[in-house]
Amino acid sequence: MSKATEVMHPDEAAHGHDDHHDHHIPKGITRWLFTTNHKDIGTLYLWFAFIMFLIGGAMAMVIRAELFQPGLQIVEPNFFNQMTTVHGLIMVFGAVMPAFTGLANWLVPMMIGAPDMALPRMNNWSFWILPFAFLILLSSLFVEGGGPAFGWTFYAPLSTTYSSDSTALFVFSVHIMGISSIMGAINVIVTIFNMRAPGMTWMKMPLFVWTWLITAFLLIAVMPVLAGAVTMVLTDKFFGTSFFDAAGGGDPVMFQHIFWFFGHPEVYIMILPAFGIISQIIPTFSRKRLFGYASMVYATASIALLSFIVWAHHMFTTGMPLFAEMFFMFATMLISVPTGVKVFNWVATMWRGSLSFEIPMLFAIAFIVLFTIGGLSGLMLAITPVDFQYHDTYFVVAHFHYVLVTGAIFSIMAAVYYWLPKWTGKMFDITLAKWHFWCSLISVNVLFFPMHFVGLAGMPRRIPDYSLQFADFNKWISIGGFAFGLSQLIFLALLIKACKKQGEPVSDQVWEGAEGLEWEIPSPAPYHTFETPPVVK
Amino acid sequence: MKRLTNPFSIVVGTLMTWFFSAAAFAESVAATENSSLNLRRGATDISGQVYDLHMLMFAICVVIAVVVFGVMFTSMYLHRKSRGAKPANFHESVKVEIAWTVVPFLILIFMAVPAANTLIAMEDTTEPDMTVLVTGSQWKWHYKYMDSEVEYYSLLATPREQIVNKFAKGENYLLEVDRPLVIPTGQKVRFLITSDDVIHSWWVPDFAVKKDANPGFINEAWTKVNEPGVYRGQCAELCGKDHGYMPVVVIAKEPAEYEAWMSEQEEKQRKAREEEQRLLAMSMSMDELMKEGERVYNATCAACHMPNGEGLQGVFPALKGSKMVTEDQAAHIDIVLNGKTGTAMQAFGKMLSLKEIAAVVTYERNAWGNNTGDIVQPKDVNAVATGQ
Repeated sequence: MSKATEVMHPDEAAHGHDDHHDHHIPKGITRWLFTTNHKDIGTLYLWFAFIMFLIGGAMAMVIRAELFQPGLQIVEPNFFNQMTTVHGLIMVFGAVMPAFTGLANWLVPMMIGAPDMALPRMNNWSFWILPFAFLILLSSLFVEGGGPAFGWTFYAPLSTTYSSDSTALFVFSVHIMGISSIMGAINVIVTIFNMRAPGMTWMKMPLFVWTWLITAFLLIAVMPVLAGAVTMVLTDKFFGTSFFDAAGGGDPVMFQHIFWFFGHPEVYIMILPAFGIISQIIPTFSRKRLFGYASMVYATASIALLSFIVWAHHMFTTGMPLFAEMFFMFATMLISVPTGVKVFNWVATMWRGSLSFEIPMLFAIAFIVLFTIGGLSGLMLAITPVDFQYHDTYFVVAHFHYVLVTGAIFSIMAAVYYWLPKWTGKMFDITLAKWHFWCSLISVNVLFFPMHFVGLAGMPRRIPDYSLQFADFNKWISIGGFAFGLSQLIFLALLIKACKKQGEPVSDQVWEGAEGLEWEIPSPAPYHTFETPPVVK
Repeated sequence: MKRLTNPFSIVVGTLMTWFFSAAAFAESVAATENSSLNLRRGATDISGQVYDLHMLMFAICVVIAVVVFGVMFTSMYLHRKSRGAKPANFHESVKVEIAWTVVPFLILIFMAVPAANTLIAMEDTTEPDMTVLVTGSQWKWHYKYMDSEVEYYSLLATPREQIVNKFAKGENYLLEVDRPLVIPTGQKVRFLITSDDVIHSWWVPDFAVKKDANPGFINEAWTKVNEPGVYRGQCAELCGKDHGYMPVVVIAKEPAEYEAWMSEQEEKQRKAREEEQRLLAMSMSMDELMKEGERVYNATCAACHMPNGEGLQGVFPALKGSKMVTEDQAAHIDIVLNGKTGTAMQAFGKMLSLKEIAAVVTYERNAWGNNTGDIVQPKDVNAVATGQ
């Protein structure tokens, strides 16, 4: 523990040195503001992500309320566009990414037998700038002209010449989010490279660690590209440059190339850690080792590499040369091979195991099924000629919500249920958890499955109003949406109970069949773990 | 920990329901190719190919899903701990792993070949019989027939009252325009697609044509419609506030009918120009101008500046009490004619007639309490337009 912290707690001097770590956790708000402890920071990230999930979800409720019926009822089109934009930004940068970073903070050191993250002060900083980023973004909704209304993809020139002045706030907040992500990624990489316990060789690392390591490299590679894109938007709008303005020699399509060069790896940033989580959970409740560990690692690395050469499949309708359309179609189809390997490996892990269906396993199984559905619709979207029909319709909306909600977010919920007893030392409320799972599972399908149909039938995305043929399905989609939103309040209640440390005490292993260093330390995990590195055989 | 009650039957139950609904979907699709659940076969050879390709992909995906989930559910049934299953020990198999890398790869090649062929056909815009320049702007389409003088704007025709739920919604709610694009059947029509402001996307599902309209660049697409009919689509790229309100309607007519329509349009356009010249010599009354001005304002200007002239704070400026509208008449006419670069204010000189501009400027200068008493005549507009 640092000298500064000891000065703040002079009564420590009275105690023996050996036990002061466990008994003198700083109290009050300063504990959270100044903490350099990976578990505290992990908790902060996770709560922050959950609050953002609820805020972004509230915006989705506004969207679904407006789309409940054709016609304009609740909001004006301009505000509707702000809702779709900020919903997307919050869910991507505020909910999914910080949740994964929170899990990495909690778990990576515990899984590799390290006492903490390698760069604890930077860790504190990378979290604490995040709330400001989102305060800036949310405050932009209240300034004159409203917040960003150009979609989370902020295509120029809609986001430059034709946007409101609050674009400056949007740009600044994305910069801060990017800095936070990059610092988080550096921390993960440095920790994994330098702080593995003796004997924890590369090919012994748990898959969650592997997938996060690869994700961290993706983050470092593409977040600066995003920063570049928003900066060019800023200068185009306010300082008279013409990066994306044909009238000044620029090119609006170049914006899309730059954005999606970030955007596609970003998609994998939001799903690779999910693959890691599922690869931890399935073996535990199958009571059988993960099938094809090595091929899982190679598949993850292949997906990450391929993610850099497929970006333009988001842009088939922008008018590319035939050769480019072919290249991006074939490259995109290729990604389904390593992704398929992963799904097959999970199924093979379950095959001839000894399966039980505790809450984390339920979420993991739902993940495999629903993520695969999202993956298969992704394969359909890769086929350029039919993508011309699917592009920018609700079919795409269905696709990416299957991979991001029932994919990324279900994996995060699976992870929370899996490791929560280790964090608190108590079993969570299983009855509430079951309600949460079943309500979420059913409502999420009522919400997103019919979107495939309205998309195929021709409903464009990002519209506040639609023609009458889409009315019936949209009503069901909205009902599913409200139900899914309400279901998350069950999760909130469960988490509050868990944080109050209610529930049955659990063993160190928690789950029969759980393996790994994090299950060998006491439950709840002490404030400091592995101060003496364990030896991995 | 306490073992959970067996949720297995519910898992399987839910997921099977899910499968059956997918199967029912496939069946309903096979029965009605123009259902509201699926892509439409459309009106062209290409759109038919795209539809077949879509159904092939869909079938392959369903088969993959059934196999993978089938194995998984079998395992969930047979290998439950509660059934006394003991875990096996295997955790890798080079043969199996190579197999499930290679087999999907072969399936992909099987998918890629027809996809590539269709794509090559779709991108072949050579040797068209005629060409139409399609220009998107916030929030309307402009069509210009490259082989004749005819050009016009095509705007949403759904009345505002239907959108705000004052009137019952019509059959083609949001999918109707004042002047549809008209093309002949059986001819290869090439579209040159561009934009005046932000990116739009011109989409007609029945032609399987969706191409972005990029400001400053021109994209190409083509279609050859087999059957006469009315084909409806929408803008498919977020283009600002009224993105949901810029439909595309194309009418395909037999070539003879098309020719007749085209001569009629040429005649109309010629007459309109004569009328314009005649008006320059005349003066219109305040009442006439205000009445016409209100119509033009609500059709063209109200989307941004709002029906009450108050605009949208921070986005679209108010006209009510605006300095330009109440004082500088020449600047007012100029901004309507030529727009303002770097803002969403477009040039309406091409879209509106001199009479319409005169009327709308008069209207703006006298409505909502602006009460300047100014009367602007077509010749005043012409003076600004020609720089006199």
